[in-house]
Amino acid sequence: MAEVIVITSGKGGVGKTTTSAAIGTGLAMRGYKTVVIDFDVGLRNLDLIMGCERRVVYDFVNVIRNEANLNQSLIRDKRVEDLFILPASQTRDKDTLDIEGVERVINQLAESFDYIVCDSPAGIERGAFMAMYFADQAVVVTNPEVSSVRDSDRILGLLASKTRRAEEGREPVKEHLLLTRYEPARVEKGEMLSVDDVKEILAIPLLGVIPESKDVLQASNAGSPIILASESDAGQAYEDAVSRLLGEDLVHRFVEVEKKGFFNKFRLFRS
Amino acid sequence: MRFLDFFRNNRKTTATVAKERLQIIVARERTTRNGPDYLPMMKEELLLVVRKYIQVEDGAVKVQLDKEGDCEVLELNITLPDEPTASS
Ligand SMILES: Nc1ncnc2c1ncn2[C@@H]1O[C@H](COP(=O)(O)OP(=O)(O)OP(=O)(O)O)[C@@H](O)[C@H]1O
Ligand SMILES: [Mg+2]
Repeated sequence: MAEVIVITSGKGGVGKTTTSAAIGTGLAMRGYKTVVIDFDVGLRNLDLIMGCERRVVYDFVNVIRNEANLNQSLIRDKRVEDLFILPASQTRDKDTLDIEGVERVINQLAESFDYIVCDSPAGIERGAFMAMYFADQAVVVTNPEVSSVRDSDRILGLLASKTRRAEEGREPVKEHLLLTRYEPARVEKGEMLSVDDVKEILAIPLLGVIPESKDVLQASNAGSPIILASESDAGQAYEDAVSRLLGEDLVHRFVEVEKKGFFNKFRLFRS
Repeated sequence: MRFLDFFRNNRKTTATVAKERLQIIVARERTTRNGPDYLPMMKEELLLVVRKYIQVEDGAVKVQLDKEGDCEVLELNITLPDEPTASS
């Protein structure tokens, strides 16, 4: 049975698509057959971040409307085996997703995939609701910033009440906090909320801390998920997050200011 | 740097301010979270009605919706001031 993971946040632009691409790719690299679905109808972007924009023929809405079947619409990743993308529709209006249609597609995907990663649109409207409704787990992407934390808390409220698991009174959706765009140097100066601050307010388990990194823009320029940049700290932080998602217990890296010591300089010379 | 830090320590950092503000707003939003959309408005109106007779503080009216078995219970809590003063 497939595990459905929604990547959600409430607030826009905090790193959901970056995270969906990274986690989906990471799971597939570990040998799990994974599909990443773009729920951002009208604002398709996952295809660009994953570098398959020119191979989109049919999309999620075509499948829901039975205009194309899943095999025609799924895009197989060229770098990582067992990784597939189901792109969002670009042109039609947002109300084309209906819950029965989404359910049908997810059930069909669940027959052959291990993980179904749902990249949620921003907001707390219909699109975000569709993306989270069938979730078994949720990665709540949060920036260390007041409006993002507040919106994450609202999303947690919806996960606890507006999902199928909640409605059926089953075990609740498993929640994970992913703090992204983190800058330890600013935290040290008291300019930015710390990991502990955010953890204390949201009170859910921490999946990982992704540092602010210039590599993320470069990765998106190239259409290559950041997790494939194995020398990048953000890429490594996503690797750790995937390991934790799979149950490994790792210490959190990149949460302290890196000391500019001899060994760091030494490493720079070597790499 | 150390020297500057000494002065800075006397003041709250903006991160501390952010955390305190978040704790308050999040706690407030959680109490109305799972209730129907009319709850916040009903609360405001109740506050106005109470104030026709008793001058209470802003946060004096608390409304909470709970489930007890199959039964939904609307709990209404009004904190009265120490010495109730009737307003004309
Ligand atoms: N760790 C990071 N370091 C630096 N920049 C980042 C990081 N994570 C994300 N970004 C940048 O933030 C921007 C928004 O990222 P992304 O598109 O993933 O967010 P989103 O939550 O999917 O947005 P939307 O709500 O519009 O769907 C992008 O420009 C991305 O490159
Ligand atoms: Mg996005």
